[in-house]
Amino acid sequence: MSIDAKDAKNPKDTKRGIKPASSKIFSPLLALFAILLFNIFLNPGFLSITIVNGHLYGQLIDILNRAVPVMILATGMTLVIATAGTDLSCGALLALSGALAVSLIRGDSTVLNADTAMPFAAVILISLVVTSLCGLWNGFLVAKLGIQPIVATLIFMTAGRGIAQLITGARNLTTSYEPFSVIGQGWFLGLPVPLFIAAGVFLAVWYFARRTAFGLFVEAVGVNASAARYSGINSSLVIMVVYTISGFCAGVAGLIYASNIMCADATNAGLNYELDAILAVVLGGTSMMGGRFYLGGTVIGALIIMALTKSIYAFDVAPESALVVKAFVVVFVVMIQSPLYRSLRESLRSRKRKPGSVRESVG
Amino acid sequence: MKRKCAVLLVFVSVLVLVLGCAAFAADKKIVVGFAQIGAESDWRVANTNSIKQACADAGFDLRFVDGQQKQENQIKALRDFITQGVDVIGFSPVVESGWDEVIEEINDAGIPLIISDRTTDIEGDDYYATWMGSNFIEEGEKAGKWLVEHLKSKGRDKDEINIVELQGTVGSGPAIDRKKGFENILKDHPNLKITQSQTGDFTRDLGKTVMESFLKKGDKIDVLYAHNDDMALGAIQAIKEAGLKPGQDIIIIGVDAVKGAFEAMVAGEMNCTVECSPLLGPQFVEAVKAILDGKTLPKITYTIEDVFPQEVAKDVIASRQY
Repeated sequence: MSIDAKDAKNPKDTKRGIKPASSKIFSPLLALFAILLFNIFLNPGFLSITIVNGHLYGQLIDILNRAVPVMILATGMTLVIATAGTDLSCGALLALSGALAVSLIRGDSTVLNADTAMPFAAVILISLVVTSLCGLWNGFLVAKLGIQPIVATLIFMTAGRGIAQLITGARNLTTSYEPFSVIGQGWFLGLPVPLFIAAGVFLAVWYFARRTAFGLFVEAVGVNASAARYSGINSSLVIMVVYTISGFCAGVAGLIYASNIMCADATNAGLNYELDAILAVVLGGTSMMGGRFYLGGTVIGALIIMALTKSIYAFDVAPESALVVKAFVVVFVVMIQSPLYRSLRESLRSRKRKPGSVRESVG
Repeated sequence: MKRKCAVLLVFVSVLVLVLGCAAFAADKKIVVGFAQIGAESDWRVANTNSIKQACADAGFDLRFVDGQQKQENQIKALRDFITQGVDVIGFSPVVESGWDEVIEEINDAGIPLIISDRTTDIEGDDYYATWMGSNFIEEGEKAGKWLVEHLKSKGRDKDEINIVELQGTVGSGPAIDRKKGFENILKDHPNLKITQSQTGDFTRDLGKTVMESFLKKGDKIDVLYAHNDDMALGAIQAIKEAGLKPGQDIIIIGVDAVKGAFEAMVAGEMNCTVECSPLLGPQFVEAVKAILDGKTLPKITYTIEDVFPQEVAKDVIASRQY
């Protein structure tokens, strides 16, 4: 594909001698720009932004806006993956949070309601606390009982959605309570509210992970949990905290998802989102083996996924072949990040330059 | 004395039992077994309620078993029906394959079988009395016909009309047939064109996301045809966000006739929904009666389904059950 041919020839990322962390973010960023460029050439209207009803309106805004649920899930997922874990339950917890919120707002009313049955702040709080507790449970299973993360989180992947369906009675619960719609559909300073929420979650996690020692603990646990424990890190506490954060993130994403369609769709909400979130983390340069993690890369990863989806719609690719196109692009983006490809590229480059030039470290 | 009492007690209870049976036999209640798939959706729940209600109204003795989406539960239920010697068996198979043995047992027992909603992969049509369910192609055709009529009534039947389509889950029966049926009608009207068509997976969220993209393409959109109401309801929000008036600037047609669609129509934001009715209880009862009267039924009985335009929404909304 032309996107990746371009990328392969682009020598920028190592020549300038960028720091390892930012060089890691370079390939996903390049992939994202390649997708956008591809769209600009073939569909000039793609990047146009106009103002409708006093807010910004355009494909780019849509991409940012619709990427938010996966972006938030992936932010939590990044920490989990950094401890060499996986959280398969986050898609189901997303559905659970939405189901809780809408059913609490509705109370026992059987018709479409414009009012809330419970103080709105309590609705939000309960939804977030419940999903955080589910996350804590995941962490407990992994850290204290030593269950493998995939198996431990598989429990809530199935049960979470089941509980959500139980809460909604397996039907699409709708509401027309105005304040709730602000979370997923509101506008602030001409931009969608979900973007500000995503930025808030990202900054909080980033601060916690990068401005305190916590990030270091997470990486230490991810590289070698026993070694970390011997060096005085409370590994199981670290693991429980990251799964709780992931559960909290799922709760926030669930509120945005449900508010966006003003409906708790327990069966379909967040279906397979855990896989998209894992993909976003991996596209962002974090290894599934644990250790170093790149929160910024994760955000770019989530944007790549949504930009790709929106391009497929914009080009009107037949639905039957859409998934194949998506898979091809993903394969290429993952390939340009593979260690083999990187070392190949660098050996080519060093051959071009003076022999014996210092090989730059990769992440 | 004690023994005498016991003998008397046994005698009395046997008498009661015999009399009870005699009374029951005199009543000659028709016994119907129904093996339902489960309760996986609103649609299915409404389907169950309709069958239960209709059988109760007809005075049938209904033995209803919820299979909880598991084939083994359904097979067990069917075997129980054979042992109980029910008069007629109704059955919605959860999957297509693996029914050969149990259906052979039903046939050997000489119990008439009514299959509803879904199908099995057994060849031939001798093993069941009738199949009843929705005709998805016709639902698509009804949507197309309503659109043609609607445009005529607005004097737009000669205009170039751009239609965008939100398809159901790729490869699913309803998605394929609803598309085919709709296109059957468009064939005779070259001025009606489907300009964009994408899958929205039958969900609200994707209905909104995909419609958002349709709108940004810049082409004029006159009509939205969604393969189910949920996608249409999601799309309505995208249309509003684009600063357009759903139901006026863009004509919106959905399928299913769920309650949400009626709410949208009452609000003037949707124009029409084609019914995909789960309420086949009354038809089921009719079929059971006909079979027991010795009549031969057509092999396929389609559910009676309606089209609900915006104008009637207000009157009908209160009576919608799903």
